[in-house]
Amino acid sequence: MKGIEKTRNSLWSRMAGLFTRSLDEDFFEALEESLILADVGVNTALEMVEELRAVTKQKKITSPELAREALAEIAEEKLGSVQPDFSGPCLILVVGVNGAGKTTTIARLSQRFKMQGRKVMMVAGDTFRAAASEQLGQWAQRTEAQFVRGSEGSDPAAVIFDGINAARARQCDIVLCDTAGRLHSRKNLMEELKKIHSVAAKGFIGKVLTMLVLDATMGLNGLEQARVFDEAIKIDGITLTKLDGTAKGGVVLAVSDQLGIPVWFCGVGEKEDDLQPFDANAYAHTLFK
Amino acid sequence: MAFESLGEKLKSVFNKLTGRGLLSESDVKDAMRQVRMALLEADVNFKVAKEFVAKVSERCVGAEVMKSLTPGQQVIKIVNEELTALMGSTNARLETASKPPTVIVLCGLQGAGKTTFAGKLARMLKKGGRNPLLAACDLARPAAVEQLKVVGGQVDVPVFTGTGDPVSVAKAARTEAENKHFDTLIVDTAGRLHVDEMLMGEITDICTAVSPTEVLLVADAMTGQDAVNIADAFSKAAPLTGVVLTKMDGDTRGGAALSMKAVTQKPIKFVSVGEKLDQIEVFHPDRMAQRILGMGDIMTLIEKAQQQFDQEKAQEMEAKLRKAEFTLDDYLEQMDQIKEMGGFGEIAGILPQLKGVKMDADDSVIKRTEAIIRSMTPQERHRPEIINSSRRRRIARGSGTQVSDVNRLINDFNTMKKTIKQITRTFGSNKRRFKMPF
Repeated sequence: MKGIEKTRNSLWSRMAGLFTRSLDEDFFEALEESLILADVGVNTALEMVEELRAVTKQKKITSPELAREALAEIAEEKLGSVQPDFSGPCLILVVGVNGAGKTTTIARLSQRFKMQGRKVMMVAGDTFRAAASEQLGQWAQRTEAQFVRGSEGSDPAAVIFDGINAARARQCDIVLCDTAGRLHSRKNLMEELKKIHSVAAKGFIGKVLTMLVLDATMGLNGLEQARVFDEAIKIDGITLTKLDGTAKGGVVLAVSDQLGIPVWFCGVGEKEDDLQPFDANAYAHTLFK
Repeated sequence: MAFESLGEKLKSVFNKLTGRGLLSESDVKDAMRQVRMALLEADVNFKVAKEFVAKVSERCVGAEVMKSLTPGQQVIKIVNEELTALMGSTNARLETASKPPTVIVLCGLQGAGKTTFAGKLARMLKKGGRNPLLAACDLARPAAVEQLKVVGGQVDVPVFTGTGDPVSVAKAARTEAENKHFDTLIVDTAGRLHVDEMLMGEITDICTAVSPTEVLLVADAMTGQDAVNIADAFSKAAPLTGVVLTKMDGDTRGGAALSMKAVTQKPIKFVSVGEKLDQIEVFHPDRMAQRILGMGDIMTLIEKAQQQFDQEKAQEMEAKLRKAEFTLDDYLEQMDQIKEMGGFGEIAGILPQLKGVKMDADDSVIKRTEAIIRSMTPQERHRPEIINSSRRRRIARGSGTQVSDVNRLINDFNTMKKTIKQITRTFGSNKRRFKMPF
């Protein structure tokens, strides 16, 4: 996977030395440390190390090479693999904390769907932040998508309702709904999100999917974000952004493992088409191979 | 508020220690291992956590603690001191240039909150009597210039815009500031990933072009272990003078705050705690350490209160209190003021002692109280003793509450009045000026 190379390089540079020595107590402790450093999270890191310990014991693995393989398998298992199904009319509600990269992700999704020959509608549900609708509007123009917006400060649920109606009238089969960034700790904003979601779910004929945009530079906080958003409106999938920047992105392991939410896409560059489908197998194996 | 869970975990570690008379070396070692785990889970940088624990353990095992009569307390004291040192021992002020304009360059990753912070900083400086100019040098993200224009409009600070490349816009902004006698120039730059060499070169060029007094790295307080690499890359590309942590209201962790200073060797100057443009605080390491350890941060609360409260009103209220003429109307006004300070929730973030109380519920209590009082006639508000059962029923109906709610409010009010009488008697006699509790 393109872009993850850097993730691997940095994570790997620490781990490379690891898998050359014998599998003693020091090895497992150092492995645990590297995993924590990769934002995998204390719990998941401990679990992975425990599992590896068990596997090596059971299969009598002594060679570091085989241990590495085993670790990659453990990681892949934790990541799981569910491919998103965007067939038929489909509304994607894009949510996340401030500055996660929601608007940019929508632009990239729009580009992707356009290439697949779908007709895309963008709905500017971020009515709070200054010039957020303009930002999305410019992206809509660039990716030749339909676009609906409200005025600043208007009710986001109402804007999305309008967007759904407009999508029906203009026969768009993909509706991408932007929402204002909200910190998961803000209870009232999470309540607002519930309302937006229920309006979308009731108004749209077709699949309504929710996608959480997670910043890969985020630490374990990402786990907490995912947990709270999932509690408010069941999250169907995750897009991991700024993955090329971080040496980590290990938090996806924690999120998939502890919450069971699959990763759909990862954003790795600055251009519109820099959004890749997430491949758990490739990710796990690039990380540890 | 940040640090909640870290604070709680540390507290539970310390609770085990304070209950004892004597501490053995293994007790301390055990506690320190738990402290390390708590720090790691709060996204504190791995190395920083390790060093921190090593330092604290060393001091704890030393004579300082072992000979003390209350060794548990002593450990907390050491942790408090080391936490403060970790975040920088003194609070760092914003530098000003000897010859204006003072140029402040903001840089950071995408989505860190640079543009919003630019607005907050401009507002704060303007309130402090400075005359700032904002420069929109984020020409990469669509509508970023418009965003800064809107933000600038909200805080009533002019925004300089231009087209072409960011370096020349920054340069032109500086000339504009010099010509039009703005004393401070705040340069908002595009977000960039620290691994993008070309864009990191651009930030170097901007800094060379405008010769800034302050280069602030705007970082998301929720950043994980990668904080180190980010800080490292930016301090290599630009002459950083400080760090700003944003979205501090976001989470219960905030490990970045603890690691940033140690990693960059640059002080944290501001923290940004909400979406509104007045939600910015000057960073005080000592107070933050106390907040983490659950000791409460009275200083910030007092400053907040001073900011929000009308001096005249406060004096008026004080006079009323002295004469025990406190009415339900005044009670209502106080509720309003608490709301202006961000509600119980925000106050609780500052004063962890209040943690036990369910704060979300309490903000709705304010609302209910308001509704009840507003359903009373002026006469009733002035002399609550005339409220009989039929009036109670009417008030409950009018405010959409139960009679029991009305009863509770009146009881609370009476208790409060009684307490106030007692306080005024104690303080009033020796003519000491006493401060409002809120």
